[in-house]
Amino acid sequence: MKTSLLIILLALVTPAQAELTQQRLQELKHLLKHDCGSCHGMTLNGGLGPALLPGSLKDKPDELLFVTIREGRHGTPMPPWKSLLSDDDIKSIIKLLRTPPE
Amino acid sequence: MKKLFAIALILGSLNACSIPTLRATGDMGLIIERAIGRVQVVEHSQNTSLAKIEGLGDLSHASIVYSRDQRYGYVFGRDGGLTQVDILEQKIVKRVIQSGNSIGGAISQDGSLIAVSNYKPGGVKIFATRTLELVADIPAVYGDNKLSKTVGLVDAPGQKFVFSLYDAGETWVVDMQDTHKPVITKFTNTGSLPYDGLITPDGRYYIAGLFGEDGMALLDLWHLEKGIQRIMPGYGRGREPLPVYKMPHLEGWAMAGNRVFMPAVGQHEVVVADATSWKQVGSIPVYGQPIFVMTRPDNRQMWVNFAHPRNDTIQVIDVETMQVIKTLKPGKAVLHMEFTPRGEHVWMSVRDEDRVDILDTESFEVIKSLTVDKPSGIFFTNRAQKIGL
Repeated sequence: MKTSLLIILLALVTPAQAELTQQRLQELKHLLKHDCGSCHGMTLNGGLGPALLPGSLKDKPDELLFVTIREGRHGTPMPPWKSLLSDDDIKSIIKLLRTPPE
Repeated sequence: MKKLFAIALILGSLNACSIPTLRATGDMGLIIERAIGRVQVVEHSQNTSLAKIEGLGDLSHASIVYSRDQRYGYVFGRDGGLTQVDILEQKIVKRVIQSGNSIGGAISQDGSLIAVSNYKPGGVKIFATRTLELVADIPAVYGDNKLSKTVGLVDAPGQKFVFSLYDAGETWVVDMQDTHKPVITKFTNTGSLPYDGLITPDGRYYIAGLFGEDGMALLDLWHLEKGIQRIMPGYGRGREPLPVYKMPHLEGWAMAGNRVFMPAVGQHEVVVADATSWKQVGSIPVYGQPIFVMTRPDNRQMWVNFAHPRNDTIQVIDVETMQVIKTLKPGKAVLHMEFTPRGEHVWMSVRDEDRVDILDTESFEVIKSLTVDKPSGIFFTNRAQKIGL
């Protein structure tokens, strides 16, 4: 009985979460292009801030990117994004950054 | 019979000639569609879009200056593209890729030269307005032969261009009176990380905003011998700045009477300074971190937009009382505003909703919306006659 209830609950919850995640991913892609892009260029090939294309980031480990996005870089205009982005958001953005542009 | 045919031909061609009616460009403008490399040609007498011109490359952070006859727009793209657009024939006249990464440009006092500010390779290139041929290449060399990104490029009286070096903390004045012999005066103590610059509407003072330290750098172009003066000292001191999600723009800054209004960096404030002493005399609390602070042409109102994530809002400040008199929510990502030349209307780009709204500046009502793909900068041709634009 308990198990079947759990299955029903999961069935109710999971698709909605998946949808939300997909929507959030779209929001993050948009943020990356337009808002990160205001300093790093809309195509992420650099501007006031450095280029963020996979090639230009290949020597930077995920941990460094994570801390940079989360906490910002002191002494540069790179702001901390932690008040706007969750840790999962930041990990998704790093994945996006590692993916070559279409 | 042959004669008749000839007459018919002549009549026919006369008829054809009379189709394009004469038109002036004083009420026209261009709107950047940043994501698809296109500009829209618009006019603000009837508030319509007249044409779309494609093929301008990466237009994120693009800006435009106009030839003094207001026929040609020169579009500065992010990808280093410099494109001359004919707004009457509604087509690209010429396009050159002049660098790898650029940030904006200016047109000279006499209209004969276009200067472009580049991030990569860092420096300024100057072109002939008519041909887009390179006239002068000014690499922004500093320190151990490094190249600095250049920012805040403006034109100044005396056929000069002024700009700042972001990485080097310098400001350079380039005198182009002799086109073949640019005379460069360098000021090396501008301050840490100048992120943008502006010139007062009379062309006398150049001011660079500093990201790396408090205050701003002022250069009196009438008295270069005085060098850089630091103004607004201590601004922001003792307070934790907020994270800056978008750099403020100093172009289109507001000057009304003796008061200057500018966006505070990392604060939800518009800073008010006295334009004779260049000291801060007050601040106006606003909804977010200001990006553009722009006065209506009659200087009675100031319209302010804000950085991400508060960029869905516009506030209007009454200059006389320095109070916010109106808060508008046009939609997601209001990037730019442009007033009609005498200020009865303001056009604003609502990027994420693919719209440009046209508002009445007295009633604050939206009188019309145009469909524009990811609009950013709006540039009307009356900029052609203004110093620094």
